[in-house]
Amino acid sequence: MAVVQMQRINLCALKKDRKAILERLQEIGAIEIDIRLEDEDICEKQDVGSQRALFERRAQTADQALEILQQYAPEKKGMLDSLAGKPLVEKELFEKAAADQDNYMKTASRIVSLDRQIAEGRATALKLETQAEALTPWLGLTVPVSFSGTKKTSVLIGTMAGAADIHQVCGLIAGHAPETDAVDVQIISADKDFTYLAVTCLKKDAARVEEALRAGGFAKPASPVRKVPAQYRQELEEQIRTVQQQVDGYAKEIADCAGCRQELRLVSDYYRVRAEKYRILGELPQTASTFAVSGYVPAAMADRIVREMSERYGAAAETEAIPEEEDSPVLLHNNGFSESVEGVLASFGLPGKGEIDPSFITSIFYVFLFGLMLSDAAYGLIVSAACGTVLLKFPRMDRDFRKSVKLFFWCGLSTLVWGVLFGGYFGDAIDVVSETFFGHKISIPALWFVPLNEPMKMLIYSMLFGVIHLFTGLAMKGYMCLRDRKYMDFLCDVVFWFLLLIGLIGILLPTDLFAGIAGQQIVFPAAMSAAAKWSAIAGAVGILLFSGRSSKNPGVRIALGAYDLYNITGWLSDVLSYSRLLALGLATGVIASVINQMGSMFGSGIVGAIIFIAVFLIGHSFNMGINLLGAYVHTCRLQYVEFFGKFYEGGGSPFEPFRLKTKYIDIKEEK
Amino acid sequence: MLASITGNGWALFGAALAVILAGCGSAYGVGVAGQAASGVVSEDPSKFAKVLVIQLLPGTQGIYGLLVAFVALSRYGLLGSGSVELDVATGLMVMAACLPIGIVGLISAMHQGRTAVAAIGIVAKKPDQFGKAMLFPAMVETYAILALLISILALPAV
Repeated sequence: MAVVQMQRINLCALKKDRKAILERLQEIGAIEIDIRLEDEDICEKQDVGSQRALFERRAQTADQALEILQQYAPEKKGMLDSLAGKPLVEKELFEKAAADQDNYMKTASRIVSLDRQIAEGRATALKLETQAEALTPWLGLTVPVSFSGTKKTSVLIGTMAGAADIHQVCGLIAGHAPETDAVDVQIISADKDFTYLAVTCLKKDAARVEEALRAGGFAKPASPVRKVPAQYRQELEEQIRTVQQQVDGYAKEIADCAGCRQELRLVSDYYRVRAEKYRILGELPQTASTFAVSGYVPAAMADRIVREMSERYGAAAETEAIPEEEDSPVLLHNNGFSESVEGVLASFGLPGKGEIDPSFITSIFYVFLFGLMLSDAAYGLIVSAACGTVLLKFPRMDRDFRKSVKLFFWCGLSTLVWGVLFGGYFGDAIDVVSETFFGHKISIPALWFVPLNEPMKMLIYSMLFGVIHLFTGLAMKGYMCLRDRKYMDFLCDVVFWFLLLIGLIGILLPTDLFAGIAGQQIVFPAAMSAAAKWSAIAGAVGILLFSGRSSKNPGVRIALGAYDLYNITGWLSDVLSYSRLLALGLATGVIASVINQMGSMFGSGIVGAIIFIAVFLIGHSFNMGINLLGAYVHTCRLQYVEFFGKFYEGGGSPFEPFRLKTKYIDIKEEK
Repeated sequence: MLASITGNGWALFGAALAVILAGCGSAYGVGVAGQAASGVVSEDPSKFAKVLVIQLLPGTQGIYGLLVAFVALSRYGLLGSGSVELDVATGLMVMAACLPIGIVGLISAMHQGRTAVAAIGIVAKKPDQFGKAMLFPAMVETYAILALLISILALPAV
């Protein structure tokens, strides 16, 4: 339940040990490198940009090869496999990848280049196909399209715009060149845009005939094929087949590499790790024969690392406390239950300087409020059973993800409990099923009460939970003030507010207004009413006088106090905000009832039962999904806005140690 | 002409308004958010789950509308056989109770939709800030929840 205490570790060693030390530090993965030099000039930094880029490029090539492999030889993956986490790999295997990197990279490059060749081959085939396609209208021609005639005759081969038949063409020639004779018109094919024709005439008439045809829109093809079209098409098809075969061959060759997947992953991660090491190396200050490392380390790990470094490498290593004014990176450490909420906390912001880690309190309220919003026993059971199964089945899930799944497991349990208290089991499914299909109504009574029947009671309880939540937040602030020995802040910002708020609640409870809402008159003894009144007055006066204590000017001070007193409206809206507990709880139950009712509309026959089951399954999955989302979002909101607003700001930066940052595998740690 | 509308007519009209207005608002909100979400997914399909969650946020008003309409109809026996005859005053009051979630649902869902579009923009640029991005649209929803609350609390009191 705390932020892990950090120390600074400083290390100085000989350059000959540099590789070994850096690799060991990376393997330990417990130091966030943070170099602070007073004088930049006494040492220099190595330029590692080009090596780093090289390694990154290689890692990328391996990644690319893996993606291509996935395309040609898909690896079967179940829907849940992505939850399994990275496989654990023996260190020897990783070292083998390091030794064999060139071979592995050759495979990767080969795959990438094959993929490129396939792409080129496909483009070629496409081009050839287009050419073959363009030949289609000319297929009836038995001479090359570029054929111009024999010794005595001319052949005019070309297209005419529009669909023309043989009579039109003959008429055209007869009209424009009446003196010609012995003209043979052959329509090869025609479609709606063009007519493809070959006109044979005597050589002496050729010019006139062509002119006549031009008048009808005749044009010779721009680049006529020099071969007989049918024959040429066959050749093209032959070429396409060859290219296709090549492409298939390449694809098969890629698919045959499927067995290299593991090696490619290893080598990709190997380069990734090296690139990271070089990034760090580039930051380290070095002299001719020494280098230094400095950074944050969790205090619990510090001694071990210092000892190991000095014993194994003869390095000069020391730790020191981090000065007050320095922001150290934040690492949280909580018990098994509370750590599940760390993800929620991190997405608001990790504890900033001097703040406590609120994970423990947050986790309790989170699970409590989440269950209250979803509040259906069956939904809760489903959620926690699903999460529990995933947790058991995939013990090596990604750490952060595992925490979230765990959170939902606990939230599911809490939902189950609230569901039993409020009598929600798929809404009113049991009532509806028993009444529709078995004739008499069975219902499981709520252990506490049914919110839909007594919304006012539920509203009051929602606000009560809200007040408890908010007061806990204020108490946390008080604790932080006391811890930092800010007694004045504790009195003015916490105690006065408690006095005022508790006093106001004490005044409100016995009134007719409250009785009207609750349907029950609360009577306080006179002494208690008086105490409430005076407590509220004392709190209000305290806030008025002391809230603006930072200002010397008494007028400004009172004005600031009055302004702070105005925050009472903020408290009111904060408490009202918890009415969402009621609204969301009702939403789950009522929509579930709507679904049950819809399903039961078709009576009790077999058809009715089938329809009921279909509606039930679809409807309740939808309702559960949408309400899970709602409960998640609004529980977060209550924590972030109402609760954290009282004492917590966040703004810490996460601890990012220098470690083996891998993408595909985890390396088994050396004992 | 208005005088000829029965109590049942007014109550049904109110329930219809709750569903129609809130539903239209949600349809608009989820619609614009969906357009933004599609844009993000076309660039980076891995953000699908995150943007989908944000897209769904303005959808709740429609559900609240349904919820209020359902409570109104079932509480006054207007579901199913419908043998109940409400007097005009009761019918009008049922309608009045349905109005908060209808009107606030309509407007809040539209605004929540626009906020969701902006939040999807956050996820597109900074996926790790998902938690914060989700919160902005959730802020708008508060007012729909308040309206829902009054609608539900007012119904039994009619």
